[in-house]
Amino acid sequence: MTRRRRPGARRRAPWAFLAPAIVLFLLFFALPIGYAIHLSLRTIEVQGLGLGSGARSEVWAGLSNYADALSDPELLDGALRVGVYGLIVVPVMLGLALLFALILDADRVRGRRFGRLVIFLPYAVPGVIAALLWGFLYLPSVSPLHHTLDALGLPEPDLLGGGALYAALANIAVWGGTGFNMIVIYTALRAIPADVHEAARLDGCSQLQIALRIKVPMVTPALVLTFFFSIIATLQVFSEPTTLRPLTNGISTTWSPLMKVYRDAFDTGDVHSAAATAVVIAVVTLALSFGFLRAAGARTRQEEAR
Amino acid sequence: MTAQALRPGRAAPRRVALLPTAALLLGALYCLVPVAWVLVASTKAGDELFSTFTFAPGTGLLDNIADLSAYRDGVYWRWMANSVLYAGVGAVLSCAVSALGGYALAVYRFRGREAVFGVLLAGVLMPPVILAVPQYLLLAEADLAGSRLSVLLPVLLSPYGIYLARIYATAAVPSDVLEAARMDGAGEWRTFRTIALPMMLPGLVTIFLFQFVAIWNNFLLPFIMLSDDEKFPMTLGLYTLLNQGSNSPSLYTLVITGSLLAVLPLIALFLFIQRFWSLDLLTGAVKS
Repeated sequence: MTRRRRPGARRRAPWAFLAPAIVLFLLFFALPIGYAIHLSLRTIEVQGLGLGSGARSEVWAGLSNYADALSDPELLDGALRVGVYGLIVVPVMLGLALLFALILDADRVRGRRFGRLVIFLPYAVPGVIAALLWGFLYLPSVSPLHHTLDALGLPEPDLLGGGALYAALANIAVWGGTGFNMIVIYTALRAIPADVHEAARLDGCSQLQIALRIKVPMVTPALVLTFFFSIIATLQVFSEPTTLRPLTNGISTTWSPLMKVYRDAFDTGDVHSAAATAVVIAVVTLALSFGFLRAAGARTRQEEAR
Repeated sequence: MTAQALRPGRAAPRRVALLPTAALLLGALYCLVPVAWVLVASTKAGDELFSTFTFAPGTGLLDNIADLSAYRDGVYWRWMANSVLYAGVGAVLSCAVSALGGYALAVYRFRGREAVFGVLLAGVLMPPVILAVPQYLLLAEADLAGSRLSVLLPVLLSPYGIYLARIYATAAVPSDVLEAARMDGAGEWRTFRTIALPMMLPGLVTIFLFQFVAIWNNFLLPFIMLSDDEKFPMTLGLYTLLNQGSNSPSLYTLVITGSLLAVLPLIALFLFIQRFWSLDLLTGAVKS
């Protein structure tokens, strides 16, 4: 009897094991996405003075929320700001992550254990606290940079305004993100069989040559992965500029597109346009990240074909 | 190294590579700057913060901690307790969901397996904001917005956790062991609980840590969901404190001392745990 039941139980088992994940996915991923799209296609119509219970009703809006979102200069400005920010963050952060990973993997380097741990440490510091600590370090009355420049009688830059603000924000992201990416790349480096470098070394390659010609090409998949996640994270920057706002008036409530979504939804109370903007950000994020993956995939195939 | 050691002509076979070592130490120094600063700054009394040199220690650490603890009847420690609660409970439950799902995806062959895996993984790509705003509105419909559940429920499903759990289960649980258990008459659930789960444990610790840090560091979700500061986690509490500080700068000392006390537990946790746990596990690297 039990023997006959077993094939059925075994067929149902994976679905039973997956049930919590699938239920959570439906409730907290699929349903909200569907609801956001639904909201983005509707709007509030106000009749008369907008008083009384029947005066405000939700009606079909078609794509007008999207048209408004895409023609909104605030959103475009925000996107440009995040674009500039991302062009600093992603190359600097991943460049440093790759450099440190290669150093950790090289011979005759001292302090590797210490370096690995300390560079990884900022991962354990919440973005809000990282922004807060750097934010204070940027203030003229606190910053060591200002102290030094003041002592030398040189002009003191405003780190929390103008063009320097991009560097200031990028620095926070680089500080927080380099360590994790370094570990991802370093793990990939260690997976390279030792006889590969051994052969190159016997052929007389220097460590630098081994790093550039053998190691970097072999960890390309890890680099692609870190690039991919860095792009996604960059486009969603929210906590750091939000945290720095109390310290400067150089950051508006719509500095990044995500901050604008928050303002529209909760300060202005227009969830419909906020939903449309959120969907636009999601689509752009997916398009950019998949576009990047395809480009990276095409290049890898090309190189393999050679 | 062996190749060099064999050559007797070389004077110093274990010569340190200076440039890479210097670069690594410089990077480590850069990563320590804000941590060193917050250590120093939290010892400064309110009037010292903006007047003395950045890295000159002050005199008021204990006073600062006392002031922080006294601030609004110790609301700071409630934030700390909330963060521990959200991150602890959230990470345990999320780890359980990941373990079950990852095990199912690794061990069973069934129709739709790759499709389910792909759809769950795609969740990684969804920007939290497109999720958080409708999540808030939906939870408000269910009268849950503003409650502790509203910051706990949405973080239980971790696509990355399921991805890692699948890798660990594939690597750590041999299929012939499972087959033997079934032959002995163990049911599917018992096989999982008594045989597979202990084998997956080192990997599950990693998923727990990953989720713990993710929830501990989260800002957007509680920022959107919560309005009652009794329920705030640490990140949101410190943010509101900083926000009020622009009107009364004396709060800045509290913010800085609070940041130090918030950062120390996680740093201590990592320093402690790396003795018997490898960072590499975080990226799904499994010893073969």
